[in-house]
Amino acid sequence: MSRAVQPGRGGPPVIEPGHTYATVTDKISSIVLARRTPLFWVLGFFASFTLTMVLLGAISYLLARGIGIWGVNQPVGWGFAIINFVWWIGIGHAGTLISAILLLLRQEWRTSINRFAEAMTLFAVACAGLFPLLHMGRPWLAYWLLPYPNTMALWPQWRSPLVWDVFAVSTYASVSLLFWFVGMIPDLATLRDRARRKGFQIFYGMLAMGWRGSALHWYRYETAYLLLAGLATPLVISVHTVVSFDFTIGIIPGWHSTIFPPYFVAGAIYAGFAMVLLLAIPLRAVYGLQDFITMRHLENMAKILLATGLIVGYGYVIEAFMSWYSANPYEGYMIGNRMRGPYAPVYWSLMLCNIVAPQFLWFKRVRTSPPVLFGIAVVVSIGMWLERFVIVVTSLHRDFLPSSWGMYFPTIWDWATFVGTIGLFLALMFLFIRFLPMISIFEMRTLVPEAGPLAMQPIPEHSVAGEEG
Amino acid sequence: MHLPHVYGLLAEFERPEELVEAARRAREAGYRRMDAYTPFPIHGLSDALGFGRTKLPLVVLAGGLIGCATALGMQWFSSTIHYPINVGGRPLASWPSFIPITFELTVLFAAVFAVLGMLGMNGLPMPYHPVFNAPRFAFASRDRFFLCIEAKDPLFNERSIRAFFESVGAREVVAVEE
Repeated sequence: MSRAVQPGRGGPPVIEPGHTYATVTDKISSIVLARRTPLFWVLGFFASFTLTMVLLGAISYLLARGIGIWGVNQPVGWGFAIINFVWWIGIGHAGTLISAILLLLRQEWRTSINRFAEAMTLFAVACAGLFPLLHMGRPWLAYWLLPYPNTMALWPQWRSPLVWDVFAVSTYASVSLLFWFVGMIPDLATLRDRARRKGFQIFYGMLAMGWRGSALHWYRYETAYLLLAGLATPLVISVHTVVSFDFTIGIIPGWHSTIFPPYFVAGAIYAGFAMVLLLAIPLRAVYGLQDFITMRHLENMAKILLATGLIVGYGYVIEAFMSWYSANPYEGYMIGNRMRGPYAPVYWSLMLCNIVAPQFLWFKRVRTSPPVLFGIAVVVSIGMWLERFVIVVTSLHRDFLPSSWGMYFPTIWDWATFVGTIGLFLALMFLFIRFLPMISIFEMRTLVPEAGPLAMQPIPEHSVAGEEG
Repeated sequence: MHLPHVYGLLAEFERPEELVEAARRAREAGYRRMDAYTPFPIHGLSDALGFGRTKLPLVVLAGGLIGCATALGMQWFSSTIHYPINVGGRPLASWPSFIPITFELTVLFAAVFAVLGMLGMNGLPMPYHPVFNAPRFAFASRDRFFLCIEAKDPLFNERSIRAFFESVGAREVVAVEE
């Protein structure tokens, strides 16, 4: 019996029995090459495209009028733009975690979810990147963030976390794009060879760049992929760490804390896995992919959600504890203000969403019920958004001088921009599942029983110390 | 014997083990100019074909070092020489705050070198290659495994190679046109 159909340590297999190279290839490529576009796709794309138009409208009005149309003002200068930026970029982290870290840890179950999780990363980073640009007020001068020779002889301020952020996020976006595209080259060749229509043959042919599956090419390809995974692993940790530096390097109460980097990274993975579940559960149902995205995948993701949820919960507890233990009156006021101040309902909803909701995942019946998991993932996504709201708004609106306290209320344009990016994200996702293979076909081939021990998992066995074979 | 207009002989196999075995025996038989085409990476195949170790890791290392040097050099040059600002007598070359950007650019350059290096060494993008002329070659991206002994091989002889491929259980052998 091959390892692919072995149940492994408890639970269902990573691919249902009975599949061959041909069936996995045909099943996944037929989703893309099917002539008829499914009705739900048309409706879903229409709805998300409409929201994208809302985003376009909101941005156009913003460019015409300036950021005064948003709710930001003194003392809360960051508002929705930064909340949404951190939320979106955090969501992206699960994609890289699945594609790089789980690859290095030789977690075979990642294979069927890595491709669309990477796509999710890319689209989430695209949505995230919009916010700081728009928040600058004069987005047409965004290139000032980059070091380039200019007549003013000016350079970016290298000691500013906001400049680090520019480098971290743009590197993250570039490396994620490379990783995603390189992972897709062999599958694009499969689509090129299987497409019937001339236009598709040319389209996929150009993207596949003449890939022919040569043994020598595969060897270098595997080396490059492994190295990319090794590079992406510290990168993904660094990105949210740098995002947390945007806060911790400041002296604002509630921000100036060493717990932020690990707690932000855990929160990012937490939000990201919730989003992967939100995407995977409907996708496997509508495209009949239960053979490839099995209960094992859902259960494993639920476990990661629970683990990272507990880390995030620990972060909240330490935050509260340290504000008391530090004996700093501003820190003490900050946490009291969060719990009992004007934004207390947001704080307590956050606790409910992020600490209480994931506790249901201790139960196997919850972890193996897709509708319940979907519900928990929705709650967690909302919770992580609220977390960023609490961090950004409650710390800024009442800091040191009571005379400069104020309140922050988002306007309709804040909401339109936020909802619009959700539309943009979904519209890109819909385009992706229609035109590109959402599951890695060549890696799925290595998991079918007939592949046997010769099929090389992305990490060759001889490269891992202590591994048999 | 070098046949004009023939790129090589392409044998089709149904199972990866058969292909690896055929590649190993072809190498033992003295063939050197050959390549295999498979729908997924196969353990031990590049060893069986006698390919050496790839230099790609060195390319990636070079990329990382160039990125690191670029980032550190740029920050150091701009902070100390090109645009020094004295902020309360603090050191101009404040290297700890240069680390995040140095790290990011190291990763960025290494990743770009990994991808461009892999594509460049593989000779991609390559819009045309003779093996695509083989009628069943499209299955190399689905469920079939191919071994091609190229006409450039000094031992290339169509009849003896056909006989060899039959002895190792090839399902079908075709001559690939240039």
